Amino acid sequence: MSAPAAEALVEVEAIHTHYGKSHILDGVSLRVGPGEVVGLLGRNGVGKSTTLKTIMGLVRPSQGQVRLEGELITGLPPHHLARLGIGYVPEDRRIFRLLTVMENLRTGLDRAGVAEARKQALLQKVYDYFPVLAERRSQPGGTLSGGEQQMLAIARAMMLEPKIILLDEPTEGLMPRMVSQISEIIRVLRREHVAILLVEQNVPLTLAVSERVYFMEKGTIRYHAAAAELHAGDAVVQQYLGI
Amino acid sequence: MGIPLDLILIQTVNGIVTGMILALVASGLTLIFGIMDVVNFAHGELFMLGAYFGVLVLAATGSFWVALVVATLMVALLGAVLQVTTLRPLIGRDPLMTILTTFGISLVLQNYALWQFGPVARKISEPVTGHFPLFYLEYPVYRLVIALLSAAIIGALWLFLKFGKYGIWIRATMQDRVMAQAMGIPVPWVYTAVFAIGAGMAAASGVLFGPMVGVHHAMGLDWILRAFIVVVVGGMGSLGGSVAAAIFISLLEAYASIWVSPAQAAIVSFVVLILTLLFRPTGLFVPTPK
Amino acid sequence: MMKRHATLYWSGFSVVVALLALAPLVLPEYWRRFLTEILVWGLLAMSSDILIGYTGMVSFGHSAFFGLGVYGAAAALLTVKPPSLWLAIVYGLVGAGAVALFVAYFSTRLRDIYFAITTLIFSQIFYVIIFTWTEVTGGENGLTFRKPALAIPGLFSIPFDTRTLHWFVLAVVALSYLLLRRITQSPFGMVLQSIRENEARTRAIGYPVERYKIAAVMLSGLFAGLAGVLYAIQKSFAAPDFVFFVTSGQTVIHNVMGGIGTLVGPIVGAGFFLLLHEVLSRFLTEYYLIPVGIIFIAMVIFMPQGLLGFARRWLNR
Repeated sequence: MSAPAAEALVEVEAIHTHYGKSHILDGVSLRVGPGEVVGLLGRNGVGKSTTLKTIMGLVRPSQGQVRLEGELITGLPPHHLARLGIGYVPEDRRIFRLLTVMENLRTGLDRAGVAEARKQALLQKVYDYFPVLAERRSQPGGTLSGGEQQMLAIARAMMLEPKIILLDEPTEGLMPRMVSQISEIIRVLRREHVAILLVEQNVPLTLAVSERVYFMEKGTIRYHAAAAELHAGDAVVQQYLGI
Repeated sequence: MGIPLDLILIQTVNGIVTGMILALVASGLTLIFGIMDVVNFAHGELFMLGAYFGVLVLAATGSFWVALVVATLMVALLGAVLQVTTLRPLIGRDPLMTILTTFGISLVLQNYALWQFGPVARKISEPVTGHFPLFYLEYPVYRLVIALLSAAIIGALWLFLKFGKYGIWIRATMQDRVMAQAMGIPVPWVYTAVFAIGAGMAAASGVLFGPMVGVHHAMGLDWILRAFIVVVVGGMGSLGGSVAAAIFISLLEAYASIWVSPAQAAIVSFVVLILTLLFRPTGLFVPTPK
Repeated sequence: MMKRHATLYWSGFSVVVALLALAPLVLPEYWRRFLTEILVWGLLAMSSDILIGYTGMVSFGHSAFFGLGVYGAAAALLTVKPPSLWLAIVYGLVGAGAVALFVAYFSTRLRDIYFAITTLIFSQIFYVIIFTWTEVTGGENGLTFRKPALAIPGLFSIPFDTRTLHWFVLAVVALSYLLLRRITQSPFGMVLQSIRENEARTRAIGYPVERYKIAAVMLSGLFAGLAGVLYAIQKSFAAPDFVFFVTSGQTVIHNVMGGIGTLVGPIVGAGFFLLLHEVLSRFLTEYYLIPVGIIFIAMVIFMPQGLLGFARRWLNR
């Protein structure tokens, strides 16, 4: 396994989180380098989503640190982190159903210190990548199909011009045709030098797009390897994802 | 018995005028509840303070319109300060606590007004005098002015929410507080702004309504009760619903007072409330949720 | 260990009751009445605690229950001669019970905030009715009547003075407390608390939550009505002011200041609040409510468990 990136973009150090008395994350450490796509695999309920939420400041860790470009960000409020360059695309998308597609995008676009010209360019770029969204720009988010909502959720995060996007199970509930579209979108983000921390249960997709993969079980990281060295049928994969 | 048509028409006008002011008060209340989940018991007192500040500024500057603007801004600022000091620490805690806190604030503000301004009612003189003949009555022009202004303010609010950049922030926060934050929207400040806007609207209603009644420290109590009824009947969090409910209830009360005394006509709003709770508890003027 | 706990509790209880019973013998007239009033408000706050502290339903409707207790007692004492204490209690409880049933029917189907607002509105409805129905209720001026005697016809009759009234009130409040304590610790009380913790789950387990809530409102309303009867007897008059929602608000303040869910806490809260009122009004005449309000807000933010909860934590250190 190759040495991790010298200067990590996001570094999670020994995070513990609790919910009441349950110990959800029991010492999670991982890192994502600039522009890297890193996968986080594991069965349901092992704490993958919680890890993303902790990085995004939605959950406060009882122990441990999170760093962005070397700076401590643990405990900062989510809206601050969004402005620092962390984008979040949650499980079940959570787009603003009553806002139009355009308004959804504007929530991320309307940031201080961004010139109008750049905003327009960003919007146009996203519409080029997702023509369907351009078509439906005046429709309320709730009227979009599942796949379209997923695209909107990712496009919305892109409006923040983030350094890293936390993607939580983007292919869940989508038709196979849409799954390959997600794959393509991830490649686009790669080209834009946006790092991705991808939580997934779809192993082939994850191995295809990621550079490195972590495997989680019962609240900690159990295994870590370069994606190139793994195959979907490998024993280790079965161990952490098999029924 | 012949139905007095002219009386009915006059009462229609009266009902709409009162309804618009009530709508203005209730919209602030429903906005605060819809977005922040806060039941603002102090809303009536913000209304009252608006009227008092209006009295002061009017005395200092001689202009009603300046008084309206300044009083609104002063109370909006007060609202912001109150929210940051007393309500922000309670975010995420039991909603009971915010109800209690706003109740405490209402006590403090009421007694503060009593202390500073004394028990005798003050008067704000009408900015626009003159009457126009409505049937056999000389109907004060000022009342129409109030109705129009209230409508204008509510309209402005609606436009702001629908189109402005901050309007989108507020609507996003209302739908999904967590994702709004994840999109970089500073939700704690959105809350402060919303509370300030609601407070400002209450204050504006107070100043507008001032010339119609005396300004005194307990004037908020009547209005807070009617406003709550309007908000529940109109559907909590629905701006359009509050406006519709306010006018609906005021019209019914105006008609009722043709036959009974105004104090008894108030029962009308109670009856409407009870019927709403029995048959359409989410609100008469909102579509029933699926 | 449990036994020691129980003995400690009962000795504490007896000491407190004994002190309260002896107090009128040493206190001047004014303070005797003050203490009696604390007990009455304490009973009202305790009744409210059943809803707020044990079932998790915030009610601003207690002024209606209390008010109907007051007016019910007034009705008995004015219409039936010779004025009978027991009849006053019965009338008051019936009045309060009827209102409680009405409120319960409408409100128990609504969730928290709606319930709170609806109870507020309902209590104001009763205020308006009492205020405007001048022929029956005396409207703004209220009704005055004579205190009844503590009497069992044929056996004895003791007229109420400040001492005997105090002992009577103390007895009623103490008994009410014991009764309510029994109820809250019974299976019924446990279900109420389970509703407070997690209503959905309680419903899922199979309990008819609405019926329990209605029962809780009735229970709460009856004891609030009882407090109203006591108040009417103490003051010898009934006025619409008691039915104004500020009474409800103050009751909730007593609850929170004392500590919700403790039964005793609200009584302590009532005492604390009334004492604050008394002390501050000496210095600040009418504006004492400003610092009281500020103290209340500060307590909600920093001491939400109330005085009792705070004392408990401090004692456990």
